[in-house]
Amino acid sequence: MTDEDRRRADRLARALGVAGLGLGIAPLTATDAISRLCGVDDSGTARTMLRLAGVRELVHSVLLLGSRSPAPLVWTRVVGDMLDLTALGLAASNRTGHRRTRVLAVTAGVAAITAADVYTALCGLRRRAPEHARAGTVHATITVNRPRDEVYRFWHDFENLPQFMIHLDTVRDLGDGRSHWRATGPLGRTLEWEAEMIDDRPDELIAWHATQGMIAGNSGAVRFTDAPGDRGTEVRVTLQYAPRGGGAVAAFTRLLGEHPDQMVRDDLRRFKQVMETGEVVLSEGMPMGTHAKRQLRQRAAQPMSRGGGGFR
Amino acid sequence: MRATCWMGRGKVEVRDVPDPQILNSHDAIVRVTSTAICGSDLHLYDGFIPTMKKGDVLGHEFMGEVVEVGPEVHDLRPGDRVVVPFPISCGSCWACENELFSICENSNPNAGIAEKLLGHSPAGIYGYSHMLGGFPGGQAEYARVPFADVNPIKIEDDLPDEKVLFLSDIFPTGWIGAEMADIKDGDVVAVWGAGPVGQFAIASAFLMGAERVIAIDRFPYRLRRVERMGADPLDYEEAIDVPDALRDMTGGRGPDCCIDAVGLEAHHATPMYAYDRAKQATRLETDRPFVLREAIMSCRNGGTVSVVGVYGGFVDKFPMGSLMNRSITLRGAQCHVQKYLRPLLDRIRNGDIDPSFVVSHHMSLDDTPRGYRLFRDKREECNKVVLHP
Repeated sequence: MTDEDRRRADRLARALGVAGLGLGIAPLTATDAISRLCGVDDSGTARTMLRLAGVRELVHSVLLLGSRSPAPLVWTRVVGDMLDLTALGLAASNRTGHRRTRVLAVTAGVAAITAADVYTALCGLRRRAPEHARAGTVHATITVNRPRDEVYRFWHDFENLPQFMIHLDTVRDLGDGRSHWRATGPLGRTLEWEAEMIDDRPDELIAWHATQGMIAGNSGAVRFTDAPGDRGTEVRVTLQYAPRGGGAVAAFTRLLGEHPDQMVRDDLRRFKQVMETGEVVLSEGMPMGTHAKRQLRQRAAQPMSRGGGGFR
Repeated sequence: MRATCWMGRGKVEVRDVPDPQILNSHDAIVRVTSTAICGSDLHLYDGFIPTMKKGDVLGHEFMGEVVEVGPEVHDLRPGDRVVVPFPISCGSCWACENELFSICENSNPNAGIAEKLLGHSPAGIYGYSHMLGGFPGGQAEYARVPFADVNPIKIEDDLPDEKVLFLSDIFPTGWIGAEMADIKDGDVVAVWGAGPVGQFAIASAFLMGAERVIAIDRFPYRLRRVERMGADPLDYEEAIDVPDALRDMTGGRGPDCCIDAVGLEAHHATPMYAYDRAKQATRLETDRPFVLREAIMSCRNGGTVSVVGVYGGFVDKFPMGSLMNRSITLRGAQCHVQKYLRPLLDRIRNGDIDPSFVVSHHMSLDDTPRGYRLFRDKREECNKVVLHP
């Protein structure tokens, strides 16, 4: 869902908030007129209900107009609509003649408002669709304090990648620019695929794509440029997962976890550690380097019992 | 081994935990001989630093004897006596090459968490939350020290622990506080917070040529201490309006240099305190920036405000107009300790300063919880607690 869709849902929600102000003030200031209009001017209880509905309507409006992203709050209006429809249903079943006609007419009106509320609320729901449900591009960048040719050479040997890419178990060079990749996803599932290098410009760019296996069609590229001020090499990674076949996308995003951008960025941070210090830096709170799913969970920052992991 | 563990807000316990082991090839294991409770540990104790986990080993001021080294450690060997700086630094990134050790780009394995709160990640710190690495601290019998060739300084003469221990944090932190304040001969320096870091800032300010140092606090025993050091004490509970008092004391100019050695748990005696307490309690701001506001408002036109008190997140009612319109320079840092180890050790050696003047309590490691309580509640004139595992 695009930003435009988000803004639209929020605009609709705000409009409902403004309309709700009118719907709330009217029963409070002109109870008699409104109760006649609704055909319930024959009952004291109904008049009280009407006032309460007015107050509730104002509460919704305050919520909607006071929030920066009001679309999800429209659900509170939907609940209120259900209460109104129930009350109107009861009122209609107790009445005959012109009063019953008026109650039914108002019911139709409330049903229309309900439809608008539900529509807006659903729009608001869609805006919260998780990031990984979208096919597309993951991008990350980092500066490595090493010369460009050295950084390029290290990456060029794909068998080095599992040292810093958390989801990769092994990469095997098959020769001719082809390689076999094996990975474990967060759910413990093993994925395997073959990749081939599709572009290789020394000290500048390496690009590859998956040719066989579950994520066939996905591709990646890494670009190397000199950082200004003699600060080493800027490394930019772009991963693209093709939208064809829901299965492949799902498999790939499952591999990357819930926040693919963050995952790739963390991979690059470990790449920098390996290039600059020679290894991935471990802490007891996060002790397993690239070699376990436990990396994703912090343990207390206290030493581990022997055999708990560590130096490889 | 025995280790001081954070067990929740207001609760530390000395517990049995496994001995540390070498995790990275550049690691060393140090048997801790002396370690101290830092004022910034109290922010953890009071629950103001996010991403702490029950069981985290505390402590970032420690020294001891190397007992084991990893295969890639070349300059240290078992038996060496070392002081360990609180920021962990790799020695090879751009920041370390430029002596900005506390913003090392490689030493925080949880940089992703820190980025969310701080924009970019600083270095990892021992025993100081998972956002800053999830490294166990040194208030324990043993500690793992990453990048052992880069971080610790060897102490090769017989200077006693309590003279060199504070090289790990508070002496260099006070020093950088004064250095960032850009003190010139004849300057008047105001230091908020007369705790140990404030005391080292005062001592450093005098060493850098300050003509007069004014120390602001409310605990009489601390004010007496800084008075003995040659500073002018200012009790903010008596003065009520500190900027006014400072204006009076400086012929209307305001101090040339202002140092905030208090940080996010500032206390003060005006209704604004209730305002900040309430906002912090409801998480509408993470830090109580009263000292920061006061320092900026008090500083003379064109002066410098230097922040070494710890802040964790966001502050409000920040006097940006005062800063911008009056040409004030604002600087802050977690101390780049490694940069100052050698020169400050030399100053200790040649007698310019004896850092042990801050110590008020010695305790065994098992007494740590009492140490935290005394230090937080400022009982028994508690100024600095040194623990001996």
